[in-house]
Amino acid sequence: MNPQMTVATAGRVLTQLRRDRRTVAMLLVMPSVLLGLMRWVYDDIPGLFDRVGPQLLGILPFVVMFVVTSVATLRERRAGTLERLLTTPMNKLDLLLGYGLAFALVAIVQSGIATALTMTWYGVDAEGRGGWALFVCSASVGVFGAATGLFASAFARTEFQAVQMLPAFVLPQFFLCGLLVPRERLGSVLNGISDFLPLSYAVDAMHESVAEGGLTGQIGRDLAVVGGGAFAALAAGATTLRRQTP
Amino acid sequence: MMNNAVSIRDLAVDRGGRRVLTVGELDVVAGTVTGLLGPSGCGKTTLMRTIVGVQRFTGSVSVLGTPAGSSPLRHHVGYVTQAPSVYGDLTVAENVRYFGAMVGAGPDAVSAALAAVDLTDVTKQLVDNLSGGQRARVSLAAALVGRPTLLILDEPTVGLDPLLRRSLWRFFAELAASGTTLLISSHVMDEAEHCDRLILMRDGLILAADSRAGLFARTGQSTAEGAFLAVIEQGAAA
Repeated sequence: MNPQMTVATAGRVLTQLRRDRRTVAMLLVMPSVLLGLMRWVYDDIPGLFDRVGPQLLGILPFVVMFVVTSVATLRERRAGTLERLLTTPMNKLDLLLGYGLAFALVAIVQSGIATALTMTWYGVDAEGRGGWALFVCSASVGVFGAATGLFASAFARTEFQAVQMLPAFVLPQFFLCGLLVPRERLGSVLNGISDFLPLSYAVDAMHESVAEGGLTGQIGRDLAVVGGGAFAALAAGATTLRRQTP
Repeated sequence: MMNNAVSIRDLAVDRGGRRVLTVGELDVVAGTVTGLLGPSGCGKTTLMRTIVGVQRFTGSVSVLGTPAGSSPLRHHVGYVTQAPSVYGDLTVAENVRYFGAMVGAGPDAVSAALAAVDLTDVTKQLVDNLSGGQRARVSLAAALVGRPTLLILDEPTVGLDPLLRRSLWRFFAELAASGTTLLISSHVMDEAEHCDRLILMRDGLILAADSRAGLFARTGQSTAEGAFLAVIEQGAAA
């Protein structure tokens, strides 16, 4: 690992992103718009959005970041820049960490906007500093989504394969994370599986943020699992990039 | 041995269950411009990718004294693919700066690389807005920026303006004079006139590898095209 190369890569990715205004706009606005839509859907069912909203705040950034990053290294592969980078002294993990860092910054801004809207316009109440805790959770899960997307993108060899990764990586976590059915009512097998899925910890942390009105030790432990999952995804992605082709 | 930048023995490359490259013995002499000539599809790129270390192979390939593909080599070998491999949504300078950062090159090396390929007046332009020839030069600058000891260039002059082609070949000769080894492929036989040494390839085999003068004398020819045909005919007769 070489911090200089990681930072140079993150800077390069952000420069490319800055030139793609449409993608930036979608990244920053999409979770907020979708949350607003859900708020509207639940308009006549009092209290339901107060429970679902915070959890969605954790799930939507995950999905949106995953979709964007899942094609990232494929673009490099197609342009030939991936092979070129692999002939330089750059470590493979530097490339993925650079991407991870760049999209982490995007995730933070994205979650800030979505959390602010949820706590104000969409009318979700949280005790004390619960809004702040929600923002931290939401940003963490956005970073995890970016990292998972990067893993999928390193793993996939073509765009066709990359788009298949969305149902494969995202939907199982979505079904089992506790949004549709609380995790303790999933049954022992599914509950056991959901214990291995980082998104479950994110949703727990979001729930706890609202209930406790601030960051607690339990939230910290949950987010550590999410962060660990993000790093593991990047490291696994780096090992699937091959310098040599058959 | 010391004056060989690349030394290959008993190399074989299989792809899709088919042998695409066989090399018994081949050396690239250090500090020369070596032309790798042969028709499209003869295995030039595969040979170059093997030397760079991105192609799996069997046999022995020694590059600058260490096995091909070993990680210290990535500081010393520059590789330019045939299709320009740079970021279209970055400017010329941003591309060269980024690839420079990957090899620890500073701002001076970036300016020098841009000057070498005559791109100093378009540094702030997006690569996507450049012509094909300019893009190829950005790709070249991104390899030059690390000041590699061994420079592997896959068809770097194809489709370029003759004036520019001449100036690039002069620049390559200067690099070689300062000790850099250049292995340059081309499917245009006429490019041989700019090379100190020639490697002729056909159907995944090396037909000949010699100094240009030596090859021409041995075959009684004065062009690479003639030498190429003579070598094939000699091979058929033998």
